[in-house]
This record gives sequence, structure tokens and C-alpha cells, in this order.
Amino acid sequence: MPLPDPDDSVHSEAFLRSLMRRQLTLSISCAAAFLIVVLGLPLANYFAPELMATRVGGFTLTWLLLGVLFFPAVWVISWTFIRRSIWLEEDEVRQAEAARRRTEP
Amino acid sequence: MSASLRTLAFLDGADPWILAFSLVTVVVTIWMGFRSAKKSKTASDFFVAGRSVSVGWNASAISGEYLSAASFMGIAGMVMSAGYDALWYPVCYACGYLFLLLFIAGPLRRFGAYTIPDFAEGRFDSPLFRKIAVCFVLFIGFFYTMPQMKGAGTTLAYIFPGMPYWGGVVLVGAVITLNVALGGMKGITLVQAFQYWAKMFAISLPIFILMSVYGSYGAHLGANKGAHLPDGPSAQVQTVERKPLAPKAPGDASWISPFGPLTTKAAKAAGLSSEESRPYSLVYTYSLIMALVCGTAGLPHILVRFYTNPDGLAAKRTTMWVMVLIGVFYVFPPVFGVLGRNLMPDLYAGSGAKGTDKIVLELPRILNERGGILGSVLSGITCAGAFAAFMSTFSGLLVSMTGALAHDVYGRILQPHSTADQRLRMFKISAVIVGAVATILGTQVEQLQINFMVGQAFAIAAASYFPLLFMSVWWRGMTMKGAATGMLGGGLAALACTTVINLSDLKMVDLARFWVAHPMARILCEQPAIWTVPLAIVLMIVVSKLTQREVPTDVQMKMLVLHAPEKLGLKQEYIEEHQSVPAGH
Repeated sequence: MPLPDPDDSVHSEAFLRSLMRRQLTLSISCAAAFLIVVLGLPLANYFAPELMATRVGGFTLTWLLLGVLFFPAVWVISWTFIRRSIWLEEDEVRQAEAARRRTEP
Repeated sequence: MSASLRTLAFLDGADPWILAFSLVTVVVTIWMGFRSAKKSKTASDFFVAGRSVSVGWNASAISGEYLSAASFMGIAGMVMSAGYDALWYPVCYACGYLFLLLFIAGPLRRFGAYTIPDFAEGRFDSPLFRKIAVCFVLFIGFFYTMPQMKGAGTTLAYIFPGMPYWGGVVLVGAVITLNVALGGMKGITLVQAFQYWAKMFAISLPIFILMSVYGSYGAHLGANKGAHLPDGPSAQVQTVERKPLAPKAPGDASWISPFGPLTTKAAKAAGLSSEESRPYSLVYTYSLIMALVCGTAGLPHILVRFYTNPDGLAAKRTTMWVMVLIGVFYVFPPVFGVLGRNLMPDLYAGSGAKGTDKIVLELPRILNERGGILGSVLSGITCAGAFAAFMSTFSGLLVSMTGALAHDVYGRILQPHSTADQRLRMFKISAVIVGAVATILGTQVEQLQINFMVGQAFAIAAASYFPLLFMSVWWRGMTMKGAATGMLGGGLAALACTTVINLSDLKMVDLARFWVAHPMARILCEQPAIWTVPLAIVLMIVVSKLTQREVPTDVQMKMLVLHAPEKLGLKQEYIEEHQSVPAGH
């Protein structure tokens, strides 16, 4: 494989590094929001059974959270992720093109 | 003459409405398959639907493929028999997609390969790894087709009393194999999209009608008195009529509360008190969550669908819509379970397909008690939905396994210089071979439980494919040896555990006393994901570090293709470079 042109910023180590770091940061922060909910609920059931058994229109609180409200919460997380990641891609293209223009005579 | 009369005898006991609706589903499936067969011409149409499926169609098709017999019938039955703990199944089935979206969907699509084995070879420049990956696609695929076939056999035996179990398996196997062989991926995309909406309609309409007659979801849940609840119905909740519970049914408090019969089974068998068994239940719950979430992100027939999107952006949008579509769907099956507990407790007496598993098919019939034929009509609709469920999942599995056989085994390993026409013919031949093998396997599993078999497929996928994809996409230091060791180590550990549980449950190996002495071992074997997923990842890191020199030389370029926006056109550059360099890695 030919060595990457050191002036070509798209192929530079720095570009790849920032690309992956920004994408991974976004993915991990969205995953963390999800994991807090999904791993927190069993803990809440474990340590606060009375609270989680509170009745809300016939449902217990924990049943309502898991069986119904969980899905909209996940939609919000994924919608946020998609908007941010589309923005991120556009920003990366802008950066790369700006860098290309700079190196061209 | 008498022979043909005898073969038709099983039609006698069938409800005409159920028969009519099921027939319509099958006929529409075959008709749509034929229609789209005319439009599928090129090899690309067959393998990845020409990579041009719109977001709406693709999202409906993925959802249609994903909502299997286990989702349509199994969840309602599990909620009815195990209560709150079973709710984790629909929730995690839906949320596994989030992980797919966050970590895997975009990069995998940008890398642009036909199948997962393509990705495995492309990422590590290793034809050997392709072979390993193909074996795993076929293995997990067959594991997951068996419960679908079992669903087909039992549903048909329910619809036509007197029809043998194998009859249903062979019938459904033949219909779907025909569809896939005729239309390939493009053909089944339309069929599966239709089947999603058929299932959605079939699960929601009966619920709304049943709730308007017998009382709401909340009211039926409210009839169960929990452990921490004051006695007597609370003021805001309307009371519902409730039939006396069968002796085998779990009590109200353990059914409606977390850490109920499903997760405490092992600890209860060991004779622990309910307070002592709570930590065990917590471990079980976490391991179950992990298996289902990571397993969804690792099922090969779901992953292959990402390649049918025109670009990475469309792949992300599709995942978003899939989450909405299956999320809405998964609210309904537990309602069947909750209503069924109060209205049809006699089902607790039977087990598996003869018991709570058929609540979705059976419950609408109680409307017949109020006169009219509405109950039969609705029951016919849910039967048609069940049909759609196992047909669509089986066709998706068949396409991914056929693709693996025709594209990876034939096109890449056996005949790398074959023409497109030869590969197309091979696709059709492979479809028939895989369909036949799956049908034969399906006739052998009558004794096993649907949910249990599905759970095993998930546990194995979670510990093999998910770590492979996640680590290869995000970690540059991965080597082929590291990836293969981790995938095989995790996958085989999960397989070994589930085999031990299977053998002991079928009483082929007597481990009952061991399980009683070590309830934690039983939990970690029954739900191995909590340790097999980390095991696979650790193996990958350790072995990759040891074989550090074997990291592909152009890993930086590969990572750019995986992560850089497609607008920069790096993929094209990558392909050109690869073609100019002779294959000598």
C-alpha cells in the first residue's frame, strides 16, 4: 500500500483519531443513558420494592415503566443519537473539504 | 379415493374462520413471492435486494423478520405463566436494536460487504476467517430455525386438530423455500414488510376489542394483589370479573412483582427462602438482559439486512424506524398474558404449546360466550398473524443462510471465478438445500420448548458475533487470531452451557443434586451471557496483544472506510487500492 501523503489531512492519523473519538464519545454517552435505565430498574426493584409496587391506574409502577414507558424512552435516545451523528458526519465532511482547499494551490 | 378422503379428514375439526384467514395469509405470501420474482433478476437483487430498498420498506421488512413465533405467541405465554420477569424479553428484544444502531449499523454498512463473512475476511484479510464465520452463520441460523419450525408445526396442529406435527413443518418449509428460491432477498423484502403489518393488525385489534368488553390492561393488572399492596380494590381502579386461578398458577404477589417464578427457579429448587434467593434473581435478571441485548445485535439474519440500505444514513434511519415499529408491537403481547391470567386460567393446567403458549390464539374465542361469531373471527386473525410470524422469520433466516452458502462457500471458496449467472443458479439450489435441511431438523424438535431454543440461539450469538463486530469496528489492534479465539471461545462456552442444561432437563444426565447444591452454577449455565460476553472480549484483547505483529498493515485505511462519512469517497479509493495490490497478504 502506498504511504499516505503527509499533506493529505483526510488520510492523516489525527483525522482518523478525532473521527473515531467523536463517534465513540457520542455512541457511549447514548449507551450510558440507556444502561442507566436498563441496569437501574432491577436495582430499584431490589432496593425499593415498596416504591416500585405503587399502583398507577392498576399498574404497579415498575410494570408501567418496563412494559409501556420503556419503549418511548429508547426512541428518544435513538432519535437524539441519529440527529447528532448526522450533524457529526456533516461537520467531518466540512472539515475535510476545508483542509483539502487549504492544501490545493 | 379413500386415501385422499383420509388426508382431508383433519379439516373436519377446523374452525372455518381460522381456516379462511390462515389460507389468505399463505396465499398472499405465495402471490407476493411470485410477483416480485419477476422483478428480481440480478445477483445483487437476490443477495442484498439491489441495495436500494427504501427506509420505510426496509424497516417494515426487518421488523417483520424480527417478530418471530417466539415474539408473537411466546411472550404472551411467558407473561401469563411467569409474570413481571417475562417483560424483560420484549423490552430487550426491542432494545438490542439500540446497541446495533449505536455501535455497529453505520460502520458495517460503510464497509460495504455482502455478508458478515465478507466483513470478517475484509477486515482481517483472512480467507480462513471467512470459513470460520460462515460456519457460525450456518450454525446459529439452524439453531434459530428450529424453534420457528416448531412454532409452525404446533400452530398448524392447533388450527387443524388431527394434523400431524411434521405436516405443518413440511408445509411451511416448502412454501418459504419456494418463495426464497424464486425471489431471493428482494422477493422476501416485500413479503416480510406485508407480514409486519399483518402481525401488527393481528395482535392489536383483538386486544382493543377484548379490553372494551372485559376491562382495560390496568384494571386486569390491578386485580392481582401484590405483596406490598393494601387489601381491597383501590378507589380509582375498576374491578374486573376474574375466574378462579388454576392450582398450578403462581400466586398474585409473586406473579406481579419482580424476581418471580422465572428468575428464582434455581434458588427455590435449592430450598432457599425468598429473601435469600433475591440476590440470585438479580444475577439472573442481569444475565438475561445481557444475552437478549447483545444477542439481538449479533443475530446474522438481522445484520445482513443492513446491507440492503442505499447508504449509511439510510441504515441509521431504518434502525430508528425498526425500533418504533417493534416497540409499538411489543406493548401488546404482554396484554394478552395479563388478560389471559384472569379470563382463561384453565390454560395453566397444560404446558408449553398445549398450555399458556397458545393464549394468543385461544383468548379471542371467549368473545363467543357473548354470542355472535366475533370471537372466531378474531381468533382467525391472530392465527393468521402467527402464520405470518414464523413464515417471515424463517424466510429471513433462509436468505441469510442461503447467501452464506451461495456467496461465501460457492462464490468465494469453491468457485471464485464463477459468473454471475452461475452464482444466481447456485443461490436457488442452495435455497432448496438449506430449506430441506431446516425442515428435517424442524421435524425432530417437537419435544423442546420454543422460548428455550430461542434463548439458546441468543446466548450463542451474544457471546460470538456481538464481541466480534463490536471489537473489530472500534479497536484497531485486533488481529485475526484474536478475533477468532474470542468468537469461538465465547460462542463455544455458551454452547457448552446450554447443552449441559438441555441434557439435564431432558433427564439424559442427572445433575439435579448438583444444581440443588450450587444454584449459582445453574443460573450461570442457564443464562451464561453475564460471563461469556466478557470472556470473549478478554480473549480477543489478550490474544490480539500476543499476536500484535499480525495486525493488518492497512488497518488505518480500513478504519477510515469504517468511520469516515461516505461523502468523502474513501470506499472507492480502498477498493481500487486493493485491486492494484496483488492478493498476497
